Amino acid sequence: MIQCKTSKAIGGMGHSLKRKEDARFIQGKGNYVDDVKLPGMLYMDIVRSPYAYAKIKKINIEEAMKVPGVVAVVTGRDLEKYNLHWMPTLMSDTQMVLPTDTVMYQSQEVAAVIATTKYAARDGREAVIVEYEPMKPVIDPFKSLDPSAPVLRSDKEGKTDNHIWNWKAGDKEKTDTLFETADVVVKEQMHIPRIHVASIETCGCVADYSKVNNHLTMYMTTQAPHAIRTVIALVAGHVGLTEEKVRVIAPDIGGGFGGKVPVYPGYVIAIAVSFLVGKPVKWIEDRSENLQADSFARDYHITAEMAGTKDGKILGTRFKILADHGYTDASANPSKFPTGMFSIATGSYDYGTTYMECDAVYTNKPPGGVAYRCSFRVTEAVHAIERITDRFAFEVGKDPADLRMQNFIKKEDFPWKSPTGWIYDSGDYHAGLQKAMDALNYDELRREQAEKRAKGELMGIGISTFTEIVGAGPSKDFDILGIKMFDSAEIRVHPTGKAIARFGTKSQGQGHETTYAQIIAEELGIPAENIAIEEGDTDTAPYGLGTYASRSTPTAGAAAAIAARKLRDKARKIAAYLLEVSEDDLEWEPGKFFVKGAPEKAKTIQEIVFAAYTNHPQGMEAGFEATHYYDPPNLTFPSGAYICVVDIDRETCEIKVRRFVAIDDCGNIINPMIVQGQVHGGLTQGIAPAMYEELIYDESGNILNGTFMDYLVPTAVESPSWETGHTVTPSPHHPIGAKGVGESPTVGAPPAIANAIVDALTPFGITHLDIPITPFKIFKALQEKGVFAS
Amino acid sequence: MIAQSFQYESPGTLAEAIALLNQYGDEAKVLSGGHSLIPMMKLRFASPGYVIDINGIPGLSDIKEENGVVHIGALAREADLEHSALLAKYFPIFKDVTKLIADPQVRNMGTLGGNLAHGDAANDHPAVMIALGASVIITGADGEREVPIDEFFYGFYMTAIQQGEILTEIRLPVPAAGTGNAYHKLERKVGDYATSGVAVQLTIGSDGIVTAAGIGLTNVNPVPLRATRSEEALVGKPLTEENILLAAQYASEDCNPSADLRGSEDYKRHVTGVLVKRMIKKAAERAMAS
Repeated sequence: MIQCKTSKAIGGMGHSLKRKEDARFIQGKGNYVDDVKLPGMLYMDIVRSPYAYAKIKKINIEEAMKVPGVVAVVTGRDLEKYNLHWMPTLMSDTQMVLPTDTVMYQSQEVAAVIATTKYAARDGREAVIVEYEPMKPVIDPFKSLDPSAPVLRSDKEGKTDNHIWNWKAGDKEKTDTLFETADVVVKEQMHIPRIHVASIETCGCVADYSKVNNHLTMYMTTQAPHAIRTVIALVAGHVGLTEEKVRVIAPDIGGGFGGKVPVYPGYVIAIAVSFLVGKPVKWIEDRSENLQADSFARDYHITAEMAGTKDGKILGTRFKILADHGYTDASANPSKFPTGMFSIATGSYDYGTTYMECDAVYTNKPPGGVAYRCSFRVTEAVHAIERITDRFAFEVGKDPADLRMQNFIKKEDFPWKSPTGWIYDSGDYHAGLQKAMDALNYDELRREQAEKRAKGELMGIGISTFTEIVGAGPSKDFDILGIKMFDSAEIRVHPTGKAIARFGTKSQGQGHETTYAQIIAEELGIPAENIAIEEGDTDTAPYGLGTYASRSTPTAGAAAAIAARKLRDKARKIAAYLLEVSEDDLEWEPGKFFVKGAPEKAKTIQEIVFAAYTNHPQGMEAGFEATHYYDPPNLTFPSGAYICVVDIDRETCEIKVRRFVAIDDCGNIINPMIVQGQVHGGLTQGIAPAMYEELIYDESGNILNGTFMDYLVPTAVESPSWETGHTVTPSPHHPIGAKGVGESPTVGAPPAIANAIVDALTPFGITHLDIPITPFKIFKALQEKGVFAS
Repeated sequence: MIAQSFQYESPGTLAEAIALLNQYGDEAKVLSGGHSLIPMMKLRFASPGYVIDINGIPGLSDIKEENGVVHIGALAREADLEHSALLAKYFPIFKDVTKLIADPQVRNMGTLGGNLAHGDAANDHPAVMIALGASVIITGADGEREVPIDEFFYGFYMTAIQQGEILTEIRLPVPAAGTGNAYHKLERKVGDYATSGVAVQLTIGSDGIVTAAGIGLTNVNPVPLRATRSEEALVGKPLTEENILLAAQYASEDCNPSADLRGSEDYKRHVTGVLVKRMIKKAAERAMAS
C-alpha cells in the first residue's frame, strides 16, 4: 500500500489524482502544432527520394511552378548559398538538410515545395521531376566494412570506409581469460530490430519569422524546446538568428517517445523559407513520411555470451555489437555515450567480469537512432542480458526463476558498483521476482507446462528481471552538445495562495500538469488543483534539457521538490514572524505551520503566502517565488520483474499471450493511476517489437513496410490483459525517492515475451529467435527442425 | 496523403449514376463505402477525374428474403451484415467475417457491394460469396443482368462489371435444412488482410451424407478461389476425419499463394489446409445444430 502524507484535498504524492490535462484532450480541445494557423501562412511539402543511393542529375521545377498556388521550390543548391544545406546531429555527425548531389536513403528529403495551401503543395510535389542516377547501396551492415563497399560518407575528408566509431567498456583481458576457463559458456547472436516510435502525432512545425522584428517564433513538435532553440542559434546565428531572437514553443504533443528529440531537415527548411520570404511556413509530415524518414530506434546486432559454473553461478558476460546507424549517426545520446547506457547490460546479477564492444557503421538507411521509450540503448542491453541469462539457465538445467534468485544482487549490497562502473542506488530484486511469481502461481504453471508438453502442446513461461538506468544526468558526465543535463523548476505562488510552476521539460502525454503539481502540493500543502503547470515555451520556462529517457521526474521533479522546500523555509520564517515565536518552535504539517504543543496556534500556507505580499517581515524579500536547477548526484535505477505466459497454436503457430504480470519498482510513486497508465502503454510498446514491429528493407534499400498496413503497431485487440503491481524501494539520493517509470515496461517486456516463446519451443531444440517473433517465424523455425514439411 | 483534384458527383437515382458513368467513361469511379477507393486515391495509386458517389441513391441497402432467395443491396454496410437478424438465421458466417474486417468505424461505412466490386482476392467477402453460391446483379443502361459469382472475378482488380455498369445487389439462395457455414482468416493483427482465409458452407443430410459443399479461399490466389477438389472430396460422402483432411490437403495444393511479409508460400499453403479443416468442422457443427 502507498502511504499518503497529504489529505486528498491537497492531493500530494501517492494520490491517484485524475489528470488535469485530460479535460481538454478527451474533448478534442488540445492545441497541437497542426492547430496553429497564422495569417498569410504558407504550406510546405517535401519531395522525397525513391532510391536508397543515387546521384541527383537534375531537378526540374518548371511543371511544379505552374501548379496554381505554388510559390517556390527549394533545393539543396538554394540552401547551399546560405550554408544551410548541412546541419550537425546531436552526436556531432553531419546530416544533409537538402542534398546538393547525392541521396543516401529512400524517402530522403530532396526538395521542398512551398504553396498557399497544403493541397497545392502536394500537387506541386508530384510535379517536381528529379533525374537520378541510381547506385548500388550498402544495406547489410555486416557488409558495410567490406573493402569493396562504397565509401558512403565521401563528403568527409579522408574517410576511407564506413566505420563510424568503436566503443568499449569493461575489462577485455580478464573477460577473455574467464571465458577460456569457465565450465559453462553460452552464446547467441541476436538482432534488436530497427523500429519506429510511430507516435500518433507525426512531426511538424510552423516557422514564423518576422522581418520587421528580426525574430523567429518556432512552433514545433519537440521534446526539448530549450535545447532546440540553442541548436537553432548555433546553426543559424551566422544569418542573424541569435538565441534572443528565437522563441521555441512546443504546444501539446501527441506522443514523442524519443522521436521528437532530433532536429529533422523539414524543420530547418521551414525556418530557412520563412526567413527568406518573411511569412509563416507550416510543415506537417504525413504518416508514411514519418515512418519512412524520421529517426529509427534500436538496430543493434549483438553477440551475447555468458560464462558461469555448472551449478548456475553467473561469472561473466561478453557483448559484441554492430550498430547500424544509417547514413549518419543521428542518435540522441548524451555526448560522451555513443552507445547510450548500453553498459547497464551486466543486468541485475552479482558478478564482476564483463567486456563489451560496439562498432557503428554507415548504411543507406535513414539516420538514427533515437532512444525509443528507453533511456539510451537500455532496451538493447536488457534484451541481451535477459535472453542470454535464460539461455544459460537452459544450458545448466536450472529453472530460470531459481537461477535469477541465485544470482541477484542482494538488497543489502546496495549501493552496488557494476563491472562497468555504474553505482546502482537501490533495489530489491528478490522481492520483486517473488511477488511476480506469487501473482501467477509460478510453480503451478510449470506443472501445467510439463503436462501440456507431454501432450505435445506448446506453452511457454518467460521471465525478465531488468535494471533500468534513468534520470540523465549528473553534470560531470552528462551533456548534449556541451549543455549539462540538469533540469529546472520555477515556482511562483500568487498572493491568494495559488501557484504557477514552470519547467524545462515538456510532457508528450506523461501527465506532468498533474504529477508536478502533486510534488509541489506534497512539499507546500497547496492543493494540487490550485497549481498550474506550464512547459514548452522558451520565453517563459526556465532552461532545461527536456523530456525523454525517463528523466523528468528524476531531474525536474527533484527541482520542483527542492524549489518548494526553499519556499517552505521562507514560509517558516514568515509564520514565526506572524505567530511571534521562534522558527524552532514551529512544526510543519502539510498545509500549515503550528506551534509545538499548541496546535491551535497555526498559520496556513495560504495565510503565510498572503503575508509575503502584504505583511512580510522587515528585511525579508517580498513575494513568494523560487527556482531550482537540479543537477542529480547519480542516476536512478528502477527495476522490474516481468513474467509472461504464452500458448502457441501447434498448427498455425499463432501466439497468444495468456498472462503478463509486471511488478515494477520505480521508488516512491507520485500518482499510482498515472504510473499504471504508463506501464500499460509501455507494455504494449513492449509487445510491439517482441511480436509485431520491424522496419524491413530489401537489398535495394526499399522499405517494405512503409505504411501502417504493413508496419504492425499493436492495438487494444493484440494487447493482453496486463496485470501490474509494484514494490517500493525509494531512491536514497533523490529528494522525493522517485526513480522514473515511463520506459521500464518497454525495456522489460520484450525479453519476457521472447523468453516465453523460446521456452515453449525448447522441446524442438530451439534456443533463440530474434524479435519480432511472428507466427510465420515460428513456422520457419519448426520447418527447419523438420516439424513441418518443406 | 492528399488525392489529386477530382470532380465529385452525387446522383439521386441509379439511372442518373449510370448516365454519368457513360458520360465520363474511363475517367469515372464509383464511390460506395470508400474504404478501398479513397486510400488508393490518397496514395495516388488511383487518380480518377470523376467520383460518382452512389450513397445518395435510395433502395440499394435493403436485406430481404423473397421466394427462397436472400437479396442484399450493394450498399448494405458491413455493420448491417453484422447485425442483420435475417442473415444470422441462415448465415452465421456473416458474423464471422464482418468481425474480422477492420474496425467498427470502417464497418459502419464499408459495403458488401464495394468489397466485391473492387475485385481484390485479399478482400474477405469474395470467398464467402463463393462458399454461399451467390450471384451478383449488375445494372447498366440496358437494365439488370445476373452473374454467378464463379463468373464474376476475372483478374487482379478485374470483374464482370463493364463500363457504364454498377453492382447493385447480391443474391444468396436460402440454404436447405442441415446447412452450416463458417469463415476464419489468419491475420497478423486486427484489420490486416488475410495471410489466408477460408469460407465453408456444408449441407449435411439426416443420414450424415454431405449433400452440398462450398469452399472459398481468401488471398491465396490471384483471384478469389473456389476449392473445387476439396468440395468434391466431401460431397456424397459421410463427413469423416479422413475426408476432411483430404479436403484440407487439396486446398493447400490447389491454391497459389505468393510469398510476402505475411509468410512464405509454404506457410500460406499450410495455414490454408489448417483453416479448411477447422472451418469444415465448424460449419458441420453449425449444420448439426440447425
